[in-house]
Formats: sequence, structure tokens, C-alpha cells
Amino acid sequence: MKMIELADVSKSFVLHNQGSAVIPVMAGAALSVRPGECVALVGNSGAGKSTLMRMIYGNYLCNAGRIVVGGLDVARAEPREILRMRREVLGYVSQFLRVVPRVPTLDVVAEPVLAAGGAHEVAEARARGLLARLNVPERLWSLSPTTFSGGEQQRVNIARGFAHAFPAMLLDEPTASLDATNRAVVLELISEAKARGAAIVGIFHDAAAREAVCDREIDVSAFAPGLAA
Amino acid sequence: MTPLLQVTGLTRHYGTRLGCGDVSFDLWPGEVMGIVGESGSGKSTLLNCLAGHQAPDAGQVIFDTRSDGPVDTVTMSEPARRMLGRTDWAFVHQNARDGLRMGVSAGANVGERLMAVGARHYGDIRAQAVDWLGRVEIAEDRVDDRPRAFSGGMQQRLQIARNLVTGPRLVFMDEPTGGLDVSVQARLLDLLRGLVREMGLSAIIVTHDLAVVRLLADRLMVMKSGHVVETGLTDQVLDDPQHGYTQLLVSSVLQV
Amino acid sequence: MTAMQHDPAYNFAYLDEQTKRMIRRALLKALAIPGYQVPFASREMPMPYGWGTGGVQVTAACLTPEDRLKVIDQGADDTTNAVSIRKFFERTAGVETTEHTTESTIIQTRHRIPEAPLTEGQILVYQVPIPEPLRFLEPRETETRKMHALEEYGLMYVKLYEDIAHNGAISTAYAYPVKVEGRYVMDPSPIPKFDNPRLESAAIQLFGAGREQRIYAVPPHTQVVSLDFEDHPFEASKADHDCDLCGCGTSYLDEVIVDDAGGRMFVCSDTDFCAGRRAEGHSGRLSGEDAA
Repeated sequence: MKMIELADVSKSFVLHNQGSAVIPVMAGAALSVRPGECVALVGNSGAGKSTLMRMIYGNYLCNAGRIVVGGLDVARAEPREILRMRREVLGYVSQFLRVVPRVPTLDVVAEPVLAAGGAHEVAEARARGLLARLNVPERLWSLSPTTFSGGEQQRVNIARGFAHAFPAMLLDEPTASLDATNRAVVLELISEAKARGAAIVGIFHDAAAREAVCDREIDVSAFAPGLAA
Repeated sequence: MTPLLQVTGLTRHYGTRLGCGDVSFDLWPGEVMGIVGESGSGKSTLLNCLAGHQAPDAGQVIFDTRSDGPVDTVTMSEPARRMLGRTDWAFVHQNARDGLRMGVSAGANVGERLMAVGARHYGDIRAQAVDWLGRVEIAEDRVDDRPRAFSGGMQQRLQIARNLVTGPRLVFMDEPTGGLDVSVQARLLDLLRGLVREMGLSAIIVTHDLAVVRLLADRLMVMKSGHVVETGLTDQVLDDPQHGYTQLLVSSVLQV
Repeated sequence: MTAMQHDPAYNFAYLDEQTKRMIRRALLKALAIPGYQVPFASREMPMPYGWGTGGVQVTAACLTPEDRLKVIDQGADDTTNAVSIRKFFERTAGVETTEHTTESTIIQTRHRIPEAPLTEGQILVYQVPIPEPLRFLEPRETETRKMHALEEYGLMYVKLYEDIAHNGAISTAYAYPVKVEGRYVMDPSPIPKFDNPRLESAAIQLFGAGREQRIYAVPPHTQVVSLDFEDHPFEASKADHDCDLCGCGTSYLDEVIVDDAGGRMFVCSDTDFCAGRRAEGHSGRLSGEDAA
């Protein structure tokens, strides 16, 4: 059984305001991830790792192919179907924390659990546990993370990403800008997610981290448009 | 599940000039849709046609009413449409003065909708008004003050309380944060998001502020010269815009 | 009772016959739809707006040579406004006039309903300054008409709500809004709310607003309900005193300041009613003195 499956995915950007330049970025991309498996996307900067990840999340459109996550073809789904998938099936830890100003950290972290239909107490307990594990000082929990340092924001972001037990996850540089202690915590979290059966696709520049948690590597340079043609 | 609102072929002209042309979409329960576009792109015309403030020249706006199921609100009788306007629908104006009665107290502003649907117990009406003022972060001791004495942000929050007190299912918002300073905007957005989630509201928000739709809207519709040029998931439209106009719109936003 | 000679320079009751017909049509429509404001082509009258031009036109349209007319202003037959309107009709119509409620067939009134119960066959004509009860909260005529048409009367309660919020009770003391026959909300003209229960009457009640060009009516034995809240019911209040002249404890009273030392007295606002009681031998606290 596959949790995430991509077949023959291609993508190009059309820049209408720059002479309608067409920039092909990907062709014939294929990928499949089973539950409990962690796959690392590798390749040079600009090879399309983030683009591929964003297409899986429905953030970028794809021009052709199939992107099936938990049975839903993201390439053809209605917005509300993609939103439901994001609430219930597919989690995404991006590199940057994007939140509504003024919302306390604890609520930011608990929100995905509530969105997936979890009870308030469960969500809060989960949020407290994660923030504590990631060494975010408790005195900050009632404040909005918008004023935090980069490292603190990243840890809040990870806590938020792991709050709900998604069956599939996308991780974009989860260990970047973390100290050794917190890096170890994040790797633990990833291992635990795998152990409960989550299918994970990640980008890790940190080779040691990649070694520690990933089962396979996929080189996205292979999906460069020139090669597939 | 059926869509809460099914819009097909909605068209409105001003003389020979097009207000909005052939707009179609479905809105599902709990969905928040943003309509963006520059001034004059037809987004306010569309909103007014949807909310029954203007009569479209053509098209259907089918609303899934609580009592009778899906009904075309364009052809429904005016009393029935006005009834919807006080019960299942709410309209938040850009300028709070258009949506409030400036000459009566905050409590009466919130209570008016209750009285309009038959509430005749002063104590109950007042209790509900106080409760709603609390939910929009207006202190209870302001309940007898007139909105004239309120700041712009408070007026806008009062307008929201006044609209939501009868538990509507669909809220139309016309630039709800326009004219407010940035910190007040953030507070209002946070409040709206919470209310939308808590009450399971569906909403259609017209704005030219892309940051507002990113925070509030699930879906986006981009309008230009009266036509819808692009629709999709909010973050997808903003991060991977397909139409030339949307690309221009997104790239025109100043980065801070 | 005095009968005057009709001044032949004027058509009977001043207005020309076509105008009276137009007003009668409006009156018939108003009676057919109790509480509904019927527009009519109000004429210029030989008196300023605010002096009862609407009431005078309605009275003129109803008057016949056989009628006996009574005119009161805030209950009194002897104030300037009442006297001049009475003189006006004595001269232009030559009808009999009277100060006795029970003897009159038509009563034109400003701001009161007589204390003596009216009977079938009598007509009470009100002078109305602002006929639209929703006006102070909703300035747009197009909108208020729509609200009446669609029975959207929530706004009327907003006014009562404001009263309670600011004063602890419904403080509206006059022009207290009523619902007529379960349908139209109506401004009963600035009568004290004490008079509201007597809007349910055996007489025909006609309301004329000259400047605003509206006529409305309450036919005999029509249900008239004063608006209120469940927890703040309507109360027909009056000053908590007896009349100092006739001793009546149930009539509507005027407060009269009698000196510079805070001295005051309360007297019936309905002068005919008070005089009648005194003639029957009733007396009040100050009836021995020459108070007036």
C-alpha cells in the first residue's frame, strides 16, 4: 500500500508579465512512499525539491500527472478536498512559521489538533508536551511567536507540525538552525512518527540527520525537464 | 452534503458597462472564499448581487435555506430575501457607519437583529447583547454608549457582533479591515478567524488586501474587468498564480 | 352652545368640494386599512404648519351643517389654538360649537383624548405633527414604507430598548407607538400614553398630518395595542395626585406652577370634564380658593 504516490508529474511556470516566458521545471517525476517510510529528496539547490514538495501539498499546481495522497488525487481535487486532506491526512513543516498575529504560542501549536477534530484538552496537552520537549520556555507559551527568535520560531513550527498525528508528512529542512539538543529531539519525533506508520517526505541538508531517519533518497535532478524529454 | 450557495452565470451591467459577468461558483458549508481584484474589477458589484442588495441582470444565486432547502434568492420574494438578510445572512460593511445605527447604543445595535426576529424580552435581549460585546472584546460597561464614542476598530467589531448575534450561516464582508490601522486589523482578523471556526460560518470576503485573504480565506477568486480570471486554493493562487493579472497582483505587493 | 352665521364669502368649511372629496377618499381608504398612512394632497390652509392644518382639513371634509363641533388643545377648550380653530369653523361653516364632549359630534383635538367615553356616531380628529413612528430611527421614507409593507417592526422596539437602557423604564411618555388590529404600527400623535388604552373606542378616530401629507385612521372597536417588552409591560401612567379642583383621582393631570416658591397644583387637563365634575359638586384640595 502506498500513502503518497506520484506518477509522471510535470510542472512549468509561465511568466505572463515577462514576455510569457515558459520555464519548465519538472517532467516525469515519480515517487512513492509507504506508511512508516521516510524518503529524502536530494539534488542541487534549484533542482526542484521544494517545488515537488509544494506540489504534493497542493500549494503549486502541476501541469500533468497524478499526485495521490491517501487516496486523493491532489492534481485534480477541489479546494475543499485539499483542505480536508491538509487537516486530516497530510502535515507540512515548512521552513518558516506563518501565523496570525496576536495568537498565543500554545494555541498556534494546538490548532492542527483542533482542526482535525480533536478535543480541546487533548490539543492543549499535546501542545504543552511538544513545546516542553522542544525546550521552548513555558513563560513564552502565552505570547505570540511573531516576536520570537529564529530558532524559537522554528521549534514552535515543528511542534505545530507534529501536534496532530498525520498519516503523511512533508518536512522542509526540519533541523535547520537548531542546536544539537533540539536537533536530537526533532529526529526523535520523526522516528516516532515513522514508528506509528507515518509516510514522510523530507528535505534535509544535514547529511547526518538524513542518515539517521531516512530509508531512501530520491534525486530530483532526475526529473529535470531536459532529461525526461 | 449540498453547497450552501450555488452561483451560476451571475451578470450585472451598468448601462453598457459590465459590472460583473458570468460568475459561477459553489460555496460549501464552513468555507471562506476571498474575492480579490483592484478597484473597479467588479468585486463589490458581485458581492452586492450575491447579498441581494443589487438585482443581477442574469444568473442564479441558490441558497440552501434552513426551512425550504435550495432556493434562488434572485427570484425569491423581497420579504423572504429581507428575512434572510436578518437571519441566515449577515453583511459586514467596510464603513461601520453603513452597518450600524450611530444614534442608538451599542446594546441596541446588537439587539436590533434579535428584536427584528421577534425577541420581546428586554432582559434576554440585553444579556445576549452583553455576551456578544464580550465576544468581540468590547467591555460590558460600554453597552449603553453610542458607537460614535467608539474607535474605528471597536465600531467594526460592534458591527460584527450585531451581524452574528442571530447565528447566521453566511457572512458577506466588504473590505472588513479597510481603513483600520495595521495592529487593529490584526486583532480583527484574529477575531474573525476564531468566530468563523467556532460558529462554522461560511463567508465571502471582498478585499484588495492579499494578506487578509491569506489569513482568512480557504479559497480565492481573482477578478479583473468584471470577469473571474482565476480561482483556487488561497495559498496556491498566491504562491503559484496562473493568470497574468494574478501574477501582476501578487508581485505588486510590497514586501516587509 | 352657539350657532354662527356662515360667511358666504367662503365655501362651506373653507375647502372647495373637490378637495373635500379627495380627502374623503383618503379617509375611506384609511378606515379600510386601519393604521396605514394614506398620502393625500394637503392644501395650504390659512394658518401655519404645526397649528393643526392636517386636523383642520380632515374636520372640514367630515363636517356637515348639522354637526356640533368641539375643539380642544391639550384637553382645554379655551386655549388660543382651540379658540381660533373653533372660530374658523364657526365663520366658514356656520356650524354649532360646544365645549361639552358628550354633546359634540366632531371633536378636533391636539394631544389629548377627552376623559368622557366617546360613543358611536362621534368622530375624533387628531392633529398630527409627524405621522411616521419609525422616523426618528430610520430617516429614509422609502425604507420606512418598506418596513410597514413587510411588517418589519423590530426597529420600533429599538427605541423602547434605548429608553429602558438609559432610564431603567420605558420613558416614552407621549406619542407612544401602538399596533393597530395586529398589523400596522402607528404613531397615535403626541397624546400622553395615559390615553393609549382609550384608542380602543366606539368613535371613529381620524388622524391628519398637514405638512407631512398623511391621513390615517382607527375605525370604531378596533384593537389597538401599545408596544412593550414581556419584562417591561406597558403602563398608562399619570401624575400621582388627585385634581386640586375637582378631586378626581383617575383623570390625566396638568401640573401648574402657582408662585415663585415652588408652589404648584395639579388640575385635570380636560377642562370640560373638570368643570362637569365641579358642577356635580365634587371638589379638590384647592377648590375653595381662586386658583386660576
